[in-house]
Amino acid sequence: MCLVRIRSLILTQNRFPANGQYTYLLRFLTLPPPDNLPSVIDKHTLAKKQVPAKIDPVKAKFFAVPGLTSLIALNAFAQTEREAVAHYTQLVQATYSDALAKAKIMERAIEDFLASPSADGLKKARSSWTAARIPYLQTEVFRFYEGPIDDEDGPEGLLNAWPLDESYVDYVKGDEEAGIINKPDDFPKIDANLIQSLNEKGGEANISCGYHAIEFLLWGQDFSAGGPGERPFTDYTTADNADRRASYLRASTKLLIKHLAEVSTEWEPGRENYRSRFLKLEPRAAIEKILTGMSMLSGFEMASERLNVAYDTKAQEDEHSCFSDTTHNDMVYDLVGISNVWNGTYRTVKGPGLKEVAEKADPALAKHLDARITASVAAARAIPAPFDQAILGEDNAPSRQAILRTIESLEEQAGLMVILSKKLGFEVPISED
Amino acid sequence: MRTNNNKGRQWLVPLFSLCFGVGECVGDERLSGGQTTVFVTSNKAFARPLANIGRLTRRQHTVGNSFFNQNWVAAPASTTARDGLGPLFNSRSCSACHVQDGRGAPPGQDGSGFGLLLRLSLPGRAANGGPVPDPVYGLQLSDRALPGISPEGHMQISYLEKAGNYEDGEEFSLRHPRYELAELAAGPAHTDICLSPRVAPAVFGLGLLEAVAEQDLLGRADPEDLDGNGISGRPNRVWSISEEKAVLGRFGWKANQPDLRQQAAEAFAGDLGITSSLVPRENHTSAYATRHDFLKLPASEQPEVDDKILQRVTTYLQTLAPPARRDVGRPQVIRGQKLFREMQCASCHTPEMRTGNSHPVEELRNQTIRPYTDLLLHDMGPGLSDGRQDYQADGREWRTPPLWGIGLQKRVNGHTTLLHDGRARNLAEAILWHGGEAKAAREAFREAGREDRKALLAFLKSL
Repeated sequence: MCLVRIRSLILTQNRFPANGQYTYLLRFLTLPPPDNLPSVIDKHTLAKKQVPAKIDPVKAKFFAVPGLTSLIALNAFAQTEREAVAHYTQLVQATYSDALAKAKIMERAIEDFLASPSADGLKKARSSWTAARIPYLQTEVFRFYEGPIDDEDGPEGLLNAWPLDESYVDYVKGDEEAGIINKPDDFPKIDANLIQSLNEKGGEANISCGYHAIEFLLWGQDFSAGGPGERPFTDYTTADNADRRASYLRASTKLLIKHLAEVSTEWEPGRENYRSRFLKLEPRAAIEKILTGMSMLSGFEMASERLNVAYDTKAQEDEHSCFSDTTHNDMVYDLVGISNVWNGTYRTVKGPGLKEVAEKADPALAKHLDARITASVAAARAIPAPFDQAILGEDNAPSRQAILRTIESLEEQAGLMVILSKKLGFEVPISED
Repeated sequence: MRTNNNKGRQWLVPLFSLCFGVGECVGDERLSGGQTTVFVTSNKAFARPLANIGRLTRRQHTVGNSFFNQNWVAAPASTTARDGLGPLFNSRSCSACHVQDGRGAPPGQDGSGFGLLLRLSLPGRAANGGPVPDPVYGLQLSDRALPGISPEGHMQISYLEKAGNYEDGEEFSLRHPRYELAELAAGPAHTDICLSPRVAPAVFGLGLLEAVAEQDLLGRADPEDLDGNGISGRPNRVWSISEEKAVLGRFGWKANQPDLRQQAAEAFAGDLGITSSLVPRENHTSAYATRHDFLKLPASEQPEVDDKILQRVTTYLQTLAPPARRDVGRPQVIRGQKLFREMQCASCHTPEMRTGNSHPVEELRNQTIRPYTDLLLHDMGPGLSDGRQDYQADGREWRTPPLWGIGLQKRVNGHTTLLHDGRARNLAEAILWHGGEAKAAREAFREAGREDRKALLAFLKSL
């Protein structure tokens, strides 16, 4: 194993610097071949033949010839990759368009509420938010590879930034005049442009828009142990700056839909857009992006940023959806998103996922990772809600153990993804640092 | 996961040793931090955890990372774990100055550059051996403040270009900075006030430097220059708050901090106005607070950063890895490396050390590291002097800064400014600023031919 890896490095890096068909071919020949292929040139044969460190093209052909059957199998492997990549674009588009559709339902519920504010209307608006989060969370696995959601002008920071300094947006306990909403002199007109321009201005926690800003406007600060924030609907009727608060809620919802629509469009078929460019990539390069989204969400975003920091600090502000107390959903549906990409499934959309690619590369590893992803989803589902209470207590508290198990499972999962990526000839990151 | 990674590369070690031949270099010159070394050349090159980091340490590292990066806000806020900023401060977060865990730069005319501050003091020594604070402005100029409160003032820098030339006639120019206090909010400063500009240094590899045994460092000191090579490194002795006594100083431009926990706590207090159990004082004098009527601000009874978070940030600093060297086999680089020794640069910029076996972070123990520093104070001459006593370091004395990663600074931080206040605009200028004990080394560089100078710089860029 080790010997073979040495060779593959020498061949691809020293001898043929990263271009041309030869490099590609040689890399395949020298990587441990997929175990389920009728392999003539498996690693043992290679080792016996003592491949010299320097291979000239003639010798390379010599080695390629006895591998004809293998080459056919390799073609089949490439075919699986192409199919998986094509199917991935379908899955991404289906998930984003669902996220957009649910956001529009939320918009209607919010409009209904604002038209005649009532406790019942607020309740309905809140449940529409929770429902809208479910498909969005499943899109988070499409981050981290500079796709439309988080490339240089991607709207990720405008859609889902957290933690949010509430006092940047609205009043907080102890400061009734805080926030953009309560500063008519500084910000006379509240509209989508203003809100977008103020996002992350003067500090990373100065979040003015996105799901969590809307969440704060619907729920308010959470001071109760048993439940979420309890913002009264009168914040939109008789309270100070009620009309400005309504404008803020309306405008930030519109903004959210605009940004979601932009990303969704980039993944629509039949256009000159990110999807069409994605499909033109070498399948292996596209697979690298797909797997990067999965490994980063597993190892960095979920295990480290969202779970471990909150687990360690036991601070409510380190939980992801702290106003609505729906952080448990965040964990579960982020993981469901990973599972979707792995299995090639989103609701009725079904096709080859990353699993099929992994099975061709290393069936045992694929099985291991498959079981691990299932276990992670189960571990996340076992975290009791609300999350801000689950992080409290001694380390042997059942809820903290449930969180720790999820962290460990995600770390393991991310590690397996790194191993898989190395089998495929690249290495995915698991930390942003 | 990381361990796998490491194993995958270990086969390179014997290979490289063979390439360079026995005697010239034993071991892999690329491994700046032994098994902790990371192979990254992107703008994240200073931001990776140790390559051999264990799972549990990694978790602490990520929590520390979160607190290192995020902005702190004014107290009281609903974000209780991250409030306590100010009332006076230089920055809202650690990462604002130590950008990408790298080096800050003096402010440029285009508004770029962040991470240079001014230390203040009066002549003499305080009871703990440290500098004497200005009665009104304290030990550091705070140039920012919470809304409704006046910052203490601002630093004004002007540069004067002075031309010089290499022995072969090629010209160069060095910019000589002049620092002044401006817009002081509590009247003129004391007439004897000393100013010391300090730029935020890169923060990777620090754990390894902390892990070098004290005896090893002291063994390198030669305060009386007994070996007669004109170079007399000496340790700083500084106050350890936790041990309540003077100990060896290792960190900071003047080696004025004994360890990373105190370094972090002092930076929280001095730069962000955030108190801790280790450094419970705010960073303003009561004279300033009285004058500006902010004594009535709610005083926090609890430390603003609790012990656990301080520990996580400390662990974070301890576990940022040094990046591997590049191009170690290029003939020009090998030639530069030879010149580095011949010109006596290596007398202070110690190429290789070994960490001890007792650091609390296990991953740091028993590593052969290539930091290119001896962590000792050296007289750098009048040109670089800040004229300010810092424990045992006088104005002309500076701690040898590590050189590892220096070739990646441009990639990470987008600039090449160097030295304690960023006055040098590139590596060559930094060398040309050397004086005092390092004068002979500087002259060797200045007198060297163009090709040799290029080779030396090529070597430095490979670090």
